[in-house]
Amino acid sequence: MTRPLVVFDKVEKSFANFMAVKPTSFEIAQGEFLAIMGPSGCGKTTTLRMLAGLEAPTGGEIRFDGRVMNDVKPNDRDTPMVWQSLALFPFLNARENVEFGLKMRGVEPAERRKRALDWLERLGIGQFAERNVAKLSGGQRQRVALARALVTEPKILLLDEPLSALDAHLVIRMQSVLTKLQKELGITFVYVTHSQSEAFAMADRVIIMAQGEIAQIGKAKDIYRAPANKFVAEFVGRNNIFEGKVKSKTGKSLNVETPLGVFQVPAEGAPSTAAGSPLSFVVAADLVQLSATKPDAANVVECQLISEQFMGTTVTLFLEAKDGSEIKVQIGQRELETINIKNSAKLYASWPETRAHVLAG
Amino acid sequence: MKSGSVKLALYAYVLLAFIFIFTPILASFVFSFNSDRFPSLPLGSFSLKWYVTIFSRPEVMEAAVTSIIVSLASSVLATFIGFCTAYTDYRYQFMFKQAYLALAMLPPTIPLVIMALAMLSWLAQIGLSGQVISIIIAHTVLGAPFAMAVIRLRLNDMDPSLEAAAWNLGASEWRTMREVVIPFAMPSIIASLCLTAAVSFDEFAVAWFVSGLNKTIPVVILEILQGNVDPQINAIGTFVFLISITLIIIAQALMFKGRKEVSAE
Repeated sequence: MTRPLVVFDKVEKSFANFMAVKPTSFEIAQGEFLAIMGPSGCGKTTTLRMLAGLEAPTGGEIRFDGRVMNDVKPNDRDTPMVWQSLALFPFLNARENVEFGLKMRGVEPAERRKRALDWLERLGIGQFAERNVAKLSGGQRQRVALARALVTEPKILLLDEPLSALDAHLVIRMQSVLTKLQKELGITFVYVTHSQSEAFAMADRVIIMAQGEIAQIGKAKDIYRAPANKFVAEFVGRNNIFEGKVKSKTGKSLNVETPLGVFQVPAEGAPSTAAGSPLSFVVAADLVQLSATKPDAANVVECQLISEQFMGTTVTLFLEAKDGSEIKVQIGQRELETINIKNSAKLYASWPETRAHVLAG
Repeated sequence: MKSGSVKLALYAYVLLAFIFIFTPILASFVFSFNSDRFPSLPLGSFSLKWYVTIFSRPEVMEAAVTSIIVSLASSVLATFIGFCTAYTDYRYQFMFKQAYLALAMLPPTIPLVIMALAMLSWLAQIGLSGQVISIIIAHTVLGAPFAMAVIRLRLNDMDPSLEAAAWNLGASEWRTMREVVIPFAMPSIIASLCLTAAVSFDEFAVAWFVSGLNKTIPVVILEILQGNVDPQINAIGTFVFLISITLIIIAQALMFKGRKEVSAE
């Protein structure tokens, strides 16, 4: 990681009788695409608003380029934001909306007009420059909002669920517009979302927040493959979570006793390897193998098919184990065709020991 | 869905109500152009003589000027106060806010005669009775609640992020007021100016109490009417009605247009 652009140093925010953000520390690197993700009410938007100066922290320090920002007014920061509601000015046309930030900085009319038009052109909506923003489509309005925030050439761009109002196919397009822009401009993006697919598709690093705290911070792949705790494992979804007790230790593996039987998991990362101590582990749905005949493997769960969900060429199968717990298996459509699932009363989910990930907390 | 006959009956009912309200006004309008001395059918010939005679009376012209000054000044003051009240309601949460709003809405609920008497005695106490400014003050009080209601309606349609977006782009709070809040509220501000000007222009009771020698048009109308029934009344009545209704129509059109713009987003 290069030099940090933003430092959150034990920052906290409490409202009258509610701790929105508990003391939180993290750094954002220059040029990084950081996503902050979590369920509603987890403090992600409050964190972003503190960065924009719209909420003042009640403790700790926010530093921006080494400068303490706690008491700097929002209009004295250079932290433009793309709003969930877009917050375009309805009485101005697209170009005038983009010019707003330049006008506030005292840029001459001719100059700001040129820069606004350049940005609208760059985002592919140059022909709508003089159009009333109410007469633009959702995707076009989105681009106006982006141009308005970027026209002042900031070091950082804040995005608050900017794609939540768009149709699914537009979301994918805007994602590629955003990642491309971020790479080209080399500026820092801080992107707040509740959508895992948006965060994982775009961000270099992801912060998962829960109840005002950081539950995990890391690369998308690491969060997906190695969730730090049960909350993250559940939030990320498509994970099979098993809870049990350590039975014994053999070399580098642990035998874990669960209601579904004994499983072998790697000992590494376990909070305690003493016999009898509680232990949870996860197996990602796409790492589970499914077969109609009982495989000769150590970690096998017998189950029944409950339902299927198709997403393109990938299928998620929801199965029920004999104690009623749900097992999720994600496999390719073609692979599924080789398994005779419809005529099998019993199916077997299995995985090699190394595919199991032990939760630290 | 309502059945056809119920719908028809409702339309007929509304139509009857309108006929009941507008017949006297229409009659006054028609007779103001009638050459006969007394309002009777059949009508005489078309004539503008009542308009000519009424506006050649110096006291009527004086009253017209007073009325215009009063309605312009009081509409600006009432709209300013109304805007401030509406904005504090939009922007801030504070203790007793409901009481504050109720107080701001209060004047139209007070019987006009009571209000007029209270105004007269209060203005006399502070040495401001019987002047043009007394009528302006009184009409500002009467108009402000309407101004607030109109502007508040518009501000309620404003995205709460809009101001924050302006700060975020480098505008100070005052600059945001100038560049964002006022432009957003502009249709309702103009509507409010028209509405409060109309309220002032045809208000009689309070003006009659506090005006002293500075009569407004409605006060002059009553004085002429007390003397005798004269077709000049029809002429001046039509004149006042047309001004008021024009202002109200402009106000309505602006409010409707503003709401449509916002909902089109």
